[in-house]
Amino acid sequence: MRRYRLTILVGLFFVLVVGLSWAGTLSSYFQLVLMFVGVNIMMSSSLNLVNGYMGEFSCGHAGFMAVGAYTASLVSVWCFTAGSVFGPNLLPPAWAAVLFPLILLFGSLVAAIAGLLVAIPSFRTRGDYLAIITLAVNYIVKSAIENIQPIGGARGFMGMGRVVNGMKEVADIPWMMIWTWLFVFLTVLLIKRFVSSTYGKGIIAIREDEIAAEIMGVNTRRAKMVAFMLSSGLAGLAGGLFAHILGYINPGSFGIMKSTEALVMVYLGGMGSLSGSVLSAILFTLLLEILRPLQLYKWVVVPFILILLMLFRTEGLLGHRELTDIFPSFKRIFGSKEEVHVAL
Amino acid sequence: MSLFEVRGLTHYFGGLKAVSDFYLTFDGGELMGLIGPNGAGKTTVFNLVCGVYHPTHGEVRIEGRNLGELYPHQVTALGIARTFQNIRLWPEMTVLDNIRVCHNYRLGYGFLDTIFLTSRYRTAEKEIGRRAREVVEIMGLRDHAEELAKNLPYGLQRKVEIARALILRPKLLLLDEPCAGMNLSEKEALIGLIRWIRKEFNLTIWLIEHEMRVVMNLCEKIQVLDFGETIAQGTPEEIQGNARVVEAYLGKEID
Repeated sequence: MRRYRLTILVGLFFVLVVGLSWAGTLSSYFQLVLMFVGVNIMMSSSLNLVNGYMGEFSCGHAGFMAVGAYTASLVSVWCFTAGSVFGPNLLPPAWAAVLFPLILLFGSLVAAIAGLLVAIPSFRTRGDYLAIITLAVNYIVKSAIENIQPIGGARGFMGMGRVVNGMKEVADIPWMMIWTWLFVFLTVLLIKRFVSSTYGKGIIAIREDEIAAEIMGVNTRRAKMVAFMLSSGLAGLAGGLFAHILGYINPGSFGIMKSTEALVMVYLGGMGSLSGSVLSAILFTLLLEILRPLQLYKWVVVPFILILLMLFRTEGLLGHRELTDIFPSFKRIFGSKEEVHVAL
Repeated sequence: MSLFEVRGLTHYFGGLKAVSDFYLTFDGGELMGLIGPNGAGKTTVFNLVCGVYHPTHGEVRIEGRNLGELYPHQVTALGIARTFQNIRLWPEMTVLDNIRVCHNYRLGYGFLDTIFLTSRYRTAEKEIGRRAREVVEIMGLRDHAEELAKNLPYGLQRKVEIARALILRPKLLLLDEPCAGMNLSEKEALIGLIRWIRKEFNLTIWLIEHEMRVVMNLCEKIQVLDFGETIAQGTPEEIQGNARVVEAYLGKEID
């Protein structure tokens, strides 16, 4: 019973969110915010894999999100909608309900391959120099998309709304809410499992001392490749969801600003803390929404909060620890580390 | 076929000849010392053997296999493990995890196994955990297994380094100044420990040491390096009486 507590809790949350959205209790604005919370959880926890667990400084995470967003959107629009870009739809729109996750995974795969753009240089450089490479990759992706006119260039790309409508024809349920939170759980689970394995701990060893890791038997090249590809692949997954939630994407929304947001969430939550990343993604997204009435001053207040955080709590909210380490009573819910590992 | 063989090892750093024409053979079971004044090239020899640097000339063979251009982790998998002169533990990881991570040399599962928790993953992880705890037990680190490596006192950190090398099941263990920074009783305990693990694990041990008392006490044979060249080789007694060694350490006598 005890080891299923977390599963039950997560299931309950899922049913509650989807149920309330379906019944219309949650306003569509609140639903949108909830879905963005989900997307941000995926962004921050996947970036944490590289910045927190592996100790590299990647500041181009939005670039991979863009790759995933565009790939997934193009494929889904091409398959399920009739339009001027791709001509008539290949498949009946209703099939989207089943094939959508596959399309998301395809977008994620392409983003993971784009991750090689950072992974391969990381064999030779690290630290500040690699950070500059990640920044360059972000710009490469953004500028490349801006210059491909058939997919809208700087004007952006739309039509994903009709794909979602196609799903709604099958059953009138909050599809995107379901997909988003399903993939959020899968993402967190996947990262959790990876970093608890001996394989994944090799990545933490790289952060602590790369040369020692290599000499003591860790294949550092392979480990870096896996970490970068996993991280960018999950960012791509988040991108695909983001595109379908909004129904419209443009290269401008995947710039350095978005990457910075992801970074802020990682540092707010604490490096190398998965529960910290989840917590901070929730707090940060809600904070931005709560401060919306301040309009532009929001971007004065939020960075100021960050300065205060860095001054008084450099390690972030949780820093290298998990929620269960700080509140041992949570172990009753989440189980001890060992148990969680088994349960997950 | 000898267990381990170094033939004509020569290495340049730019124009500087750091190691020249180094020869060594182990048939298995030896406890060999490598000594020499500061900057003689001792650690460079270790780094060459481990694959951190690739030699300019010469070759290193373990069980007949040329190490050539292998990466350090591949060399490790072939059975050469080492410790470091300045301790290089992973400070923010627990002692047990420090030891566990070294098992990456032979994982027995792939990335997808970790995600889907396949039975292959479970059995492999169980085995890794068992072996890590076994090593912890052997090295007397049980009370510290869950502590972060950085919180341990210096002497214990050295022990964890040796534990980390032991889980690699090496055939040849390289110890780079294992007694550096230890007090007398810690040194004595460590000498005993090195003797014991050698017998217990049937190891060939090759160690660098500055402390003469330790070397003379522990090693059966000694090789002396000075400016990258081997200037003497023999039993501790022979080395003690060797004029060139005395000269390298203390300088020439004025007539």
